[in-house]
Formats: sequence, C-alpha cells, structure tokens
Amino acid sequence: MTKGHTLRASRRWARRLPVSGKVGLGLVLFWIVIALLGPLLAPHPIGAFVDRAVFDGSSGRFLLGSDYLGRDVLSRLLSGARYTVGLGAGAAIIACTIGTSLALTAAVGRPWMDELLSRFMDTVISIPSKILALVMVAAFGSSLWLLLLIAGLTYVPGNYRIARALAVNLYQMDFVVVARARGEGPVHIALREILPNMIHPLLTDFGLRFMFIVLLLSALSFLGLGVQPPAADLGSLVRENISGVPEGAWAILMPALAIATLTVGVNLLIDALSVHGKRG
Amino acid sequence: MAAASQGSGTNKVLRMLAGRIGSSLLTLFLVSLVVFAISDLLPGDAAQEALGQTATPAQITALRHEMGLDRPAYARFGAWVAAMAGGDAGKSLVADMPVSDLIATRLPNSLLLAALTTLVAVPMALLIGIASAMNRGGRLDRALNLVTLSMVALPEFLVATLAVLIFSVKLRVLPSISMLPAEATWGATLQALAMPIVSLCVVVIAQMARMTRAAIIDQLDRPYVEMALLKGVCPRRIVTRHILPNAVGPIVNAVALSLSYLLGGAIIVETIFNYPGLASLMVNAVTSRDMPLLQACAMIFCAVYLLLMLVADLTAILANPRLRNA
Repeated sequence: MTKGHTLRASRRWARRLPVSGKVGLGLVLFWIVIALLGPLLAPHPIGAFVDRAVFDGSSGRFLLGSDYLGRDVLSRLLSGARYTVGLGAGAAIIACTIGTSLALTAAVGRPWMDELLSRFMDTVISIPSKILALVMVAAFGSSLWLLLLIAGLTYVPGNYRIARALAVNLYQMDFVVVARARGEGPVHIALREILPNMIHPLLTDFGLRFMFIVLLLSALSFLGLGVQPPAADLGSLVRENISGVPEGAWAILMPALAIATLTVGVNLLIDALSVHGKRG
Repeated sequence: MAAASQGSGTNKVLRMLAGRIGSSLLTLFLVSLVVFAISDLLPGDAAQEALGQTATPAQITALRHEMGLDRPAYARFGAWVAAMAGGDAGKSLVADMPVSDLIATRLPNSLLLAALTTLVAVPMALLIGIASAMNRGGRLDRALNLVTLSMVALPEFLVATLAVLIFSVKLRVLPSISMLPAEATWGATLQALAMPIVSLCVVVIAQMARMTRAAIIDQLDRPYVEMALLKGVCPRRIVTRHILPNAVGPIVNAVALSLSYLLGGAIIVETIFNYPGLASLMVNAVTSRDMPLLQACAMIFCAVYLLLMLVADLTAILANPRLRNA
C-alpha cells in the first residue's frame, strides 16, 4: 500500500466515526502532538520565574496565567503533558505486552499453567488498582522508571483477563485446529494464528488501559507520590497549585482540565470504535 | 434438575453460596500474601528507619530481633496473617500506637461518608439508567450516554476542585475543608460532608447508571417484554412490574461493582477535603512508609472490595428463580 493510499483510507475511516468519536479522535491527536512537540512550543523557559505576581489570570504574555511561584502555566503544562502521555503510553505498552504474552501462554500452554496464571491474576485483580499502586510505591519508591513499571504491572491482570478470553475462544476455531493438525508448535500457533486475530479488541483494550493509567498516575502525582520535582506531570501541576483554589486560579484548573480532555477524548474514541466494530 | 425436590434445590443454593463465600475467603488470603510479599520485599528497612542513620549495627540487629525481622519471611507472614485475623494489626512505626486504635478512629468516618454517598448515588444512578434505557436510541438516551461516558473518564480531583470553586469560592455556601467537629449536629455534619459526597457521587453515578442501563436493555429484547407490549401494558408498568424484578440480579451486581469505585475515589476526595477517613490515613502511611499501618489499610480496602463482589455474586444467585425453586 502506498503512503497516499493509507492516508486516504484512514481519512475515510475517520469520516465514518460518529460525532463523539470524531471529537475523541481530535482530542487524542491533539495531545499526541502536544506530547511530541510540547517543549518546543513553550513561550517561556519551563522552570523560569517570569511573572512577579502569582496566580495571575490569562493575559497576553501568559496565555494560561502564572502559577504559585510566578511561572508560566502554559509552558509548564506543555512540558507536563509529555510526562503524562509518555508515562501513560509506556505503562500501557508494558501492561498489554506482559498481559497478552501471559494470556497467550495460558491459552496454548498446559492446563496447570492456565490454572496457575488465572488464579494469580484473579487474586491481583481483587486488589483495587489505586491500593495496589500505593502499596508498591510505598515499598519501591517513585522514580520515573519505577512509576512506569508500577503503573504497568497494576494493569497487567485487566489486560490478561480480556486477552485470555479472546485467545481461549480463538484456540477452539477451525483454523487453529487445522494448524495444530499440521503439526505447528505452540509458539507458531500463539503468534501466527491467534495473535493476529485479536489485534483489534486488544487495541481497544490498550486505549482503555492508557486512560486508566493516566488517571492513576495523575492521582498518584496529585497525592505527591507520583512524579517527583523537578519533573512534573499534569497531576503534579494540580498538586503544587492547590493553594490557588480559594482564588479560583487558572494554574490549578488548567492542568486538571488538560487531564480531563485527554482521558475523556480517549474514552469517547474507544466507545465510538467498539460500537463501530460491532456494526461493521 | 427438573426432577429434583424442593429440599435438594435449597441445598444446591446453599452449597453454591457456601462455595462463593469460601472462594472469597481464599482470595482474601491470597491477596494478603500478595500485599505482604510486595510490602516486605525489602526487609530490614523498618529497623534501620526507626533508629536512623546514627545507629550502630548492634543496635539494628537487636531491634530487628525485637521486631521479629530476623525470622524467615514465611514465619513472619504466618504471624502477621494470624494476628490480622484476630484483629491485631501490629504497632504503627510512626505514631507509636497500635494500628487498630488508629484505624478505629478513622473507620467510622469513612463508613459514614460511604453510606451517605451510597444513599444519594444509588437512587440517582438507577433513575438515570432506567430513564435512558426506556428512551433507548432517543435524544435523552444519547445525551445521557455522552455525559456518563465523559464522567467515567474524569479525574476525581477535577470534580472535587470544581466543587470547591463553585460551592465554596463562588457561592460561599459550603466550607472547603471537611473537619468533623467532635459534637456536631446532624446539620453541621451534613454541611461538612456535602462536597465530598457530591464529588464521590460523580465518580460512581456514571458507572452505575451505564451498567444499570445495560442490564435493563438486556431485558428489553426478551420475548416476555414484547409479549407485554403486545397485550398493551404501558411502558412504565412494563419497567416496574416486568423488567425490574427480572433485572434485580444484574442491577445489584452493577451497584456493587460501581460502589467499589468509591474505594479509589475516596483516596483522592478524602485527601482534598482533609477528611479524617481511612483513605487519607493510608496515604499518610505511604508518605511516611509506615508499613504495618499501610498493610492493615490495604487489607481493609481489599476485604471491602471482595465483600462487594461477594454480595454481587450472592444476589445474582438468590435473584435467579430458576435456582431458587429448582
């Protein structure tokens, strides 16, 4: 397929989405661009104290106002989005890779392995995700790499559950039976026969995990247990400006709204896609 | 099953209930193993931290022995689980008092908040869910769908911050911090709790309404509903007399599942409003790395979660007349 072809096909695909899905797609694309280019677009140096007043409202010089130390909120937000989107995507990739690998192992492996893995995942899934993450943060700490790993591991069981259900269903299909009769090994069956046929629901689940992880990491940062200064994701921005609530400061509202537009956008897109998929 | 007598049917249900309860207890035990394993993976820190950097190795060894940290992990796990089951969660490393005392002062506050939130959220969610299911595909349904879909994805702290901005900064009707005075009247307590309740409601109502709608729509397509429609029963009566009795199981399931979102939501909401509940106690335990307190709080939250799941399971069994009368 040529490049123009793909572009046209994806444009046609986007046009077929319902309005809510288009809004979601727009928001998601917007945040991806911000995460990639954010710091380049920042009007002021990111950590610099540029305003003499604190908690200013919007002005020509400071589009989104200034924060509790007189820093430019827009610049902080543009750099914070990189952490939020980057950590979210990274952790979602970890969750889905581990979860799906284990699910495929359970589906094509021996019954005792399936039993063991599923029992373990059922146990971990009975620990509310925020509680699990808090216990892990207390035990291990919260450097950026640890946060990535903690958020990823927290959502492994959820992905495992979905992927295992899909894989076990596919394992009963005729073409898998044929492949087994042909004498294909379990690795071939898992990766070549089963995995390609569950990519679409898995992508939807990836989006869902991403949304949960963004909410989880923002919540951790908001509690002061996530991304540690001088680095700051969107949740940290809400936390550090919490003293601006009585004034209704933009510095606290804007980062919170930024997270909300990202997560709501992802959710709208996923919902539109799953309705889409069912119809088509 | 058709030939089975009344007595064996009851037995079967009882056996199923006992099975579910047993498997919940087993899961709780396994959860405690996971919580203990994670929070105990780096042993020895507790003694070191209690004594500080200046402690001699001999002092640390002595304290480790006193705290039982030199015993093998499985022995410590056994002792911990046994003590927890007996209601003794050990001693807080930071507050230097029994964990159970700390929890006893906070737990009633959390339960009060959860109970009041449930009281507000459940009727509203059922109303929204039923209204949008009856209006399936219509404008109201699509609008509610969009609203609940977005609400599910909102971070709790945005909701709470907006609530503070609106009710306490702009309208000045509610305090922005929920301190519970020692001898508060009901009115004062409610006023202090209003904003945490509103914030938590937003978190759970959306999920609950969506699941309720799904449960009812699942029934709408059944032949008996069509039959009722054909014989001219009015829509409201179909819902109240025909569908709701059949959907009790799934709806209770939806309510229990959504209420478990309260646990996560409470962590943020209690912290924002400085509410002296269990969740903010747990956050403090994480900040100060107070492991015995953290483990106890985590286990309480997990136990509540499993209890909610169990209730959902049990109602599903009890609400199914085919199992009840078989």
